[in-house]
Amino acid sequence: MDNKKNFSEIIRSNAVTIMFVVLCIVCLIFSGQTVPYVLYELFGRMSRNAFIVLALIIPIIAGMGINFAITIGAMAAQISALWMIEWGVSGLPGFLLALVMTLPIAAIFGFLIGNLLNKMKGQEMIGGLILGYFANGLYQLLFLFIFGNLIPLNAPGLVIKGSTGVANTIDLSNDRGFKYALDGIWKVPFGTALYVVCGAFALYTILMLVMKKLDAKKAGIRIAIAAVLVVLYQIPFVASLFAMVNVPMVTFMVIGLLCVFNNAIMKTRLGQQFRAVGQNRTVANASGINVDKVRVIAIVISTVLAGWGQLIFVQNMGSFQTYGAHEQVGLYAGAAILVGGASIKKANNSQAILGCILFHLLFIVAPSAGKNLFGDAAIGEYFRVFISYGVIALALVMYAWNDVRKKSNLDEL
Amino acid sequence: MSSEYVLEMKNITKRYGDNTVLSDVSLSVKKGEIHALLGENGAGKSTLMNTLFGMPVIHNTGGFEGKVLLDGEDAHIMSPFDAMQKGIGMVHQEFMLLPGFTITENIKLNREITNSNLVSRILGKNLESLDMAAMSSDARKALDSVGMGIDQSTKVQGLPVGYMQFVEIAREIDKTGIKLLVFDEPTAVLTESEAAQLIKVMKQIADSGIAVIFITHRLDEVMAATNSITILRDGKLAATRKTSETSIVELAELMIGRKGEAVVETDKREVPHEKVALKVRNLKVDMPGERVRGIDLDVYEGEILGIGGLAGQGKLGIPNGIMSMYDVAGEVELFGEPLKLGDTKTALEAGIAMVSEDRKGVGLLLDRSIEDNIVFNAMQIHGDYLHKIGPVTLKNAKAIREVALKMIKELDIRCFGPLQNSGTLSGGNQQKVCIARALCMNPKFLFVSEPTRGIDIGAKKLVLETLVDLNRKQGMTVVIVSSELQELRSVSDRIAIVSEGKLVDILPADASDADFGLAMSGIKPSEHKDGGANS
Repeated sequence: MDNKKNFSEIIRSNAVTIMFVVLCIVCLIFSGQTVPYVLYELFGRMSRNAFIVLALIIPIIAGMGINFAITIGAMAAQISALWMIEWGVSGLPGFLLALVMTLPIAAIFGFLIGNLLNKMKGQEMIGGLILGYFANGLYQLLFLFIFGNLIPLNAPGLVIKGSTGVANTIDLSNDRGFKYALDGIWKVPFGTALYVVCGAFALYTILMLVMKKLDAKKAGIRIAIAAVLVVLYQIPFVASLFAMVNVPMVTFMVIGLLCVFNNAIMKTRLGQQFRAVGQNRTVANASGINVDKVRVIAIVISTVLAGWGQLIFVQNMGSFQTYGAHEQVGLYAGAAILVGGASIKKANNSQAILGCILFHLLFIVAPSAGKNLFGDAAIGEYFRVFISYGVIALALVMYAWNDVRKKSNLDEL
Repeated sequence: MSSEYVLEMKNITKRYGDNTVLSDVSLSVKKGEIHALLGENGAGKSTLMNTLFGMPVIHNTGGFEGKVLLDGEDAHIMSPFDAMQKGIGMVHQEFMLLPGFTITENIKLNREITNSNLVSRILGKNLESLDMAAMSSDARKALDSVGMGIDQSTKVQGLPVGYMQFVEIAREIDKTGIKLLVFDEPTAVLTESEAAQLIKVMKQIADSGIAVIFITHRLDEVMAATNSITILRDGKLAATRKTSETSIVELAELMIGRKGEAVVETDKREVPHEKVALKVRNLKVDMPGERVRGIDLDVYEGEILGIGGLAGQGKLGIPNGIMSMYDVAGEVELFGEPLKLGDTKTALEAGIAMVSEDRKGVGLLLDRSIEDNIVFNAMQIHGDYLHKIGPVTLKNAKAIREVALKMIKELDIRCFGPLQNSGTLSGGNQQKVCIARALCMNPKFLFVSEPTRGIDIGAKKLVLETLVDLNRKQGMTVVIVSSELQELRSVSDRIAIVSEGKLVDILPADASDADFGLAMSGIKPSEHKDGGANS
């Protein structure tokens, strides 16, 4: 009886994730796409998108819900990217300089957003969303009128010919851009990547064992897992599935670093403050925590990280739509983290990563599934947009519903 | 300079605008003593404590007059954080705990023990990493000192309420340099054995040299635990007593006191007791802040029953529960017919009307006219004052105007006319509009909740007289819920006193102050035998 209850509880609390797994499998079957191709696409999409999704975690923990205002962080990144091309700083130096330039711009934006959201506590999500739309207007003013007119741009192809303003598409693949600046540093086939990761993991485990931070049994299990993975890969069938996958090692390392950062910051005094403020502002305030300041810090960190995430995204894509690339960033990242089982109150790294995988899996297979089932790829396209809004709505409704369900406490009286 | 007293508050006066809420109140607490602070709601206990803690609500409204001395020295306490640093702690009535944190994390909240690391040396103290082991051992010590064996790494979520109270205390004890600890109604949520344990812990704390201020309404606990007592009444100091030199009856009397003359004179009469109009059995209401925990009550046809008690003890939950404004359970019979709980419309249709205590929130549509307000319920529930033309219904403007004018005349609503917006009326006249609306329903049974809250004395008299008139002339059964005991005594036939969500006793209107005081602190007067100190 108790088991049964737990089971239904698990189903209910993970309904969104489970629904998505089922949906992905169904679409995968009907899409007719081969597994190697899907995996190839998936790794590519993960490398360029996971960072932005991970940027959402801190504001959720600080009780501000999904930070839809990361759109504005993405705008900061695009401003930086534009100037790298204008100045002609290409390749890795260009990418790094763009990171540096994004930092203050996004931090200032984040500071402003944070202060505004402090005036509308409890409405942060809708506030962030609308703020994104509003900032889009300012962004257009900047790119259509100020850049290229008041501030002249000289790089070839950056300004619309015979008109004013920045061109529709900014190309990063020419000799002024920084396409693949990060991905290209160290890109290896999946097999090599697997050996490197498993080897590093084993080494780390042994090191921990020597330093006596880990007991022998656990270390044994960890090394065994690494060994099994390597052995599995020796089976030709398994290897063939990953045949098309090329892994941009440095990009994934950066994503890994962000995961470590998210965990590490929660173990500091600041992290404790994020969690306290997220749970109950009144209690946090009563204990002397400056609630408003903590919330601003959370948004600043998130906005800067989102800006960097957008740079990782565009260096992988090789070009971006000047007036559209940032628009759906908040929506898709928010949907992805919710798909992974996060709520607007709780989120962690694994939920962000899992959500990212499932969400992009659906993006890969839905169009061709739509084409095979209904004879039109547009239906799949429509389907995935519909799904991402639906997921957010569902997560919000389920959160409110769980809240109401808990409230009846007549029995205790 | 050191002093006999840890805390002295001298001649504190606090005004909000023209309204004096504390006048010339003094309070002194010695090292290692437990000092009780007693008083009804509105007596000024919370304002006094807000002053002590430097709450923004005090400083934003012009500060206060008088002096606060800590250890004989002038303490300028400007914020709660400041108070904390000067060694004043508070155990809150509403728990200030984070459910998702472990007991350790809660005890050490914002006072975490940290180690510096590479990043924190560059970017500041906030990025120092937490030393969980040290925090945990501190928490263990604090928990042991309040006699709690529970594992300190348990999450607070799901702990029994009693445990949470002890975690709060452990947190305050863990603060270094604590000199004074305020307990705000700590035993209200505890079971009997937990309350006894708490008093034991409180005595231990006092023995270790910390001064304790104990705010409670349970007089027996005051007698059992404290050394001295300060009693406030109407924002003034009513008395200061040594516990050993007073009795529970004296305390009850001092708390209630006579507050002015009776507002309304009524004739003495035989209390009606023939037919039960409303029979309530095991009523439970989940109204936040006013929970009702199982009440049995009979209201006789034709009487005026008063329901009194301190705020937060559940008296407001009774009418709101029967009208199903909140989650409710239990059995209610109205004139012998069972009443289904859980749907406000059913209650209204059965002939119960209610004048809510929340005049502006629930009572009135502030931006609608007086006449719309008066007929609103009758129109919605009974379909009165409507023309029906096929599927379309229209307001019957003529009938509405007639009834509005009649009510304005009968209840003496001072206004420019039936079209004036009810939001622009004075409080007393708004209350009359609420009563008019209840009367429009032609109710058989009327609940009136806090009818005189926030209205001036002249309007008070009119409102109360209206209620008495309704009862005497039309024979309507009226239940008045009010915090103003004096007002209940002047109009009611019987007065039910509620404490901690339970009915303590039903007293005649002319019972003594001491009896009412005892009942409000949860002691049935007839069961309190000697009246002497029983500590």
